[in-house]
Parts: sequence; structure tokens; C-alpha cells
Amino acid sequence: MHFDVPLPLQGGGRLAAYDLVYETYGTLNTQRSNAVLVCHALNASHHVAGLDAAGQAGWWDNLVGPGKPLDTDRFFVIGVNNPGSCFGSTGPMHVNPATGQPWGADFPVLTVEDWVDAQARLLDQLGITQLAAVLGGSLGGMQALSWALRHPQRLRHCVAVATAPNLSAQNIAFNEVARRAIITDPDFHGGHFYRHGVVPARGLRVARMIGHITYLSDDSMEAKFGRQMRTAELSYTTQDIEFQIESYLRYQGEKFAGYFDANTYLLITRALDYFDPARAHGGDLARAFAAATAKFLLVSFHTDWRFAPARSREIVKALVDNRHSVSYAEIDAPHGHDAFLLDDPRYHAVMRAYFGNVAQEFAA
Amino acid sequence: MTDDRNGLAHIAGLVPESSRVLDLGCGGGALLAHLRDERRCAGIGVEIDDALVAQCIGREVKVLQLNLEDGLSLFEDDSFDVVLQLDTLQNLRHTAALLRETARVGHQAIVSFPNFAHWPNRLSVLRGRMPVTKALPYQWFDTPNIRVGTFADFEVLARQCGLRVIDAFGLHEGERIDRWPNLMASTAVFRFERA
Repeated sequence: MHFDVPLPLQGGGRLAAYDLVYETYGTLNTQRSNAVLVCHALNASHHVAGLDAAGQAGWWDNLVGPGKPLDTDRFFVIGVNNPGSCFGSTGPMHVNPATGQPWGADFPVLTVEDWVDAQARLLDQLGITQLAAVLGGSLGGMQALSWALRHPQRLRHCVAVATAPNLSAQNIAFNEVARRAIITDPDFHGGHFYRHGVVPARGLRVARMIGHITYLSDDSMEAKFGRQMRTAELSYTTQDIEFQIESYLRYQGEKFAGYFDANTYLLITRALDYFDPARAHGGDLARAFAAATAKFLLVSFHTDWRFAPARSREIVKALVDNRHSVSYAEIDAPHGHDAFLLDDPRYHAVMRAYFGNVAQEFAA
Repeated sequence: MTDDRNGLAHIAGLVPESSRVLDLGCGGGALLAHLRDERRCAGIGVEIDDALVAQCIGREVKVLQLNLEDGLSLFEDDSFDVVLQLDTLQNLRHTAALLRETARVGHQAIVSFPNFAHWPNRLSVLRGRMPVTKALPYQWFDTPNIRVGTFADFEVLARQCGLRVIDAFGLHEGERIDRWPNLMASTAVFRFERA
């Protein structure tokens, strides 16, 4: 969908005109009360569920669909690709109308709040004034929280999974290493690599490898790879692959560099770094949440060290302090941060029960 | 005990209407749902078990999946009218610490636990065997009850923890026991506040 009215940005500038790519599942009821917005994280898109033209399943297909915990027989689910991303919505690889050249590094830095405002405009166009729920995991969870703070009247439920009220120093550090890997790749060309007909694939690969390590738990990596060797004999090489974990990371890096945009990676990790709703309230998260009116469900996973349960508990405490309605599940899943995308039955039982109640509100 | 409808009714009867309730070890949320529907209470539960947490959510009972052994740092002082800790105390290691925490976050607290001094238990120990009863249904070697105490023991602990007991009675087979509860009741119930 095309938008001609400029989007004002937190960073001061504005996005003059832009396109947002979105997908919907299920049917909007006549009261327009059964819509659920699903917000994506770093490397995902508007393709949340079902199969796309290429036969690819959506990134949250195990959770969203007919008869699934977020049941598209009852809900109208919307997946939208955020501006700055690289899956169809306006991003750094597109032409900057002001220069006639690809935006590249000149694409404005967007925040979680900017994304939420852009999503709100999409809903305006779709004729949805109030969402039954906003759902997101990780960076998507930050968007769900931001919805509850920026547009409190426009959602009844906020479901934030494996998320945090802001990134810790360690978390920003991981993002910075990934960014430096990209920026110092000679093929990056200061972010204007498009005009050179190259992509900083080396940087993207390393960025993805680092990211991937942080999405898994020590235990799950040990269980999956351990010290498994590629061949029975050691080769005594420093540069070739010896261990299966190396092979796996290189494969993930290679795959990622083939489809992901380097400038998008920089923009999205920055949006993660900047998210900090308590900042405008002297660091007081409870005050930040005072204006929220939605009901909340938070979920975290014991082995997630990138978005640890303690961070979700900070959000829970802020909500409890405000006497807002909140439920919180802390799932003992072994998979680290990635658990939010997997179908642990304990996790999905909670999601199913919660969305079952949400559906009761408009079924009645 | 919390599954016992009459016992539940006795406890629910102690919770003032429209009060703000925290239920520590809330199980599937039956009591909180009852207090919400029958007594217009705003409640929130704490539960550690995955299936019970999902059950609470299914009943639209607000629940936080937390380990009570980690304390109640999530809750500010006096943020609840009533804190319930029913049939939970005997499963926790840091009994005294949690009692103090319970009294800190609520104006009032209600605690219940199996009374080890109930006469059939005494008889069993006299015979030389650990009791296995409805209130204490486990064999000694696989019981989750790591803190078994008596009605009389709790009175001592309450004093040590700086708690003022407002009301104390026994429950047995769904009936309130006010006469010799330490001997006659399978469950001990204490209502208290900070002294």
C-alpha cells in the first residue's frame, strides 16, 4: 500500500512517501473487532503464516493459521513489513526520490515508535480503529509494547514474547560487532554498495553468525552439535571447517548474505538499540506504562540469554505497579531466544488459552 | 485442601468483598475465579507449574509464572489487601522469609497448611510410621512437603517473624474447627498482619 502523507520520524526527519507491504489471514468481521497485528523481528517480514508463491511457510506459521493458537478462523491477522526492511516495504535499496539514486546509507534511521506509527496508518487505511491484539516476539515484542504506549486506545491486548524494556550493554555490544563487520567490509562502500554492483556479503555473513550464536542456548548448541567433527580425522588446519558448528554457522551466514540487505541490518539493529520507553520518564518504566490501557500477556524462556526472563519481569513489575492487567508465563524451553519461534507445547498452550479468551470478547 | 469446596468457601469467606488479592501458589486459579465472580475481588496469582498457569489463563485469571523461592520483589509494600498462601508453605524452603514477604506486600495474609499434629498423624507416629492421610497423602520418601509443621508450631514462627495473628482455626473435612485445632484439624489456617 502506498502512502503519500509524510511520516514524521523520531530522529527529526520524515519519510516523504513510502510503501508498506502487508499480508492478511482470515476474515475481518463486520464489527471490525477481530484484527490482530503481528509485528516482525530483525530478519522476518510480512509473510507471517501460510505458504507464499514460492511455497515458503510464514515465519510464525506454527502459531498463526486455521485451528492454530492464533486461530485465523476466528481472527483477522495482519502481517506488515516495516519501512527500512528489505522485503518489499520502502527501504534503503529503493530509489530516494530526492536524488534518483538508491537511498543506501542515507535512508533515515527509523525507531520502533516510527514503525508503530507507520503500522497505525496502515490500519487507518484498512478501516481498523481498534485491534483485538498486537502480538510480537523479540523486536516485534518491543513494537507490541510501543503500541500499548503510543496508541493505547487502539488495542485491547498486548502480547509480547521474549522481549525486553530496552537492550542491555551486552546486547548493544553484540549489535555493534555485527554492524562493524558490515561497515568494515570493503564492499560496503559507506552504505552505497548498490551503485558498485556488489554486496558486503562477508560482513553480513559474520553479522549473522554472531547473531545466530546469541539466539541459541549453550545447551541447545551442545545437544545439536557438541564437538562433532566434519571428518573422523583432524586436519590440523586453521582455516578449513573442522567442527560441525563451524559448518552450520557458515551455512547460516551464507544463506543470510544471499537475501538480506546490509543497510537494513544496520537500521534494524539500531532500532533495537534505541528502544527504551522509560528514557522519556527518567528511566522509570512504571511511569512509562502508566498511560497503557491494554491487557498484557508476556512470555519469556528460561534459556533465552539475549532477552532473558529477568528483562520480561521488569516489564511485568512496571505493569503490576500500575495495576494493569497482566499475565506472565516463563517457559522452561531449552532453545534460547529462538524458542519464541518454535512450538513448545507449554508455550503454545498459553498462547492458545490467551487468544481463546480474546476471541470470546467479540464472539459474545 | 484448595480443591475441597467447603474448605475453599471458608477461606473465601475471610476475604473482604472487592479486595485486591494476591494468591501465592494459586494452582489452576479456582479460588481467584471464585473471588472475582462471587466477591468482586481483583486478583492475581503466582504459580510455577506450566499446565496450571495455562489453566489460569484459560479462566481469565491473571497469573504470573514465578518461583516463590525467589521472593516477592515484583510486588511493592502493601500493594494488596489480602495475600493468600494456601497449601503452599509446606513445599517451600525459605518458609520464614516468604512469610515476612507475604506480610510485607499485603495488609493481611491468610496461610493454610497441613497440620502435622492432627490426631491420626500423632497416632501413626506413635505406631512408629510417618502418616499418610488425605491432607498428607505422600510417603515420607517422595513427599514434596519439605516443611511439615503443626498448628502450634506456626504460632511460634508467626511471633518470630513479627506477625500478629488476627484469627486462627482448623479445617477438617470442610468444617471449621475452633476447639483444639492442633489435635482435631487436618489443616491449619492463620490470618495475620504485620505486628
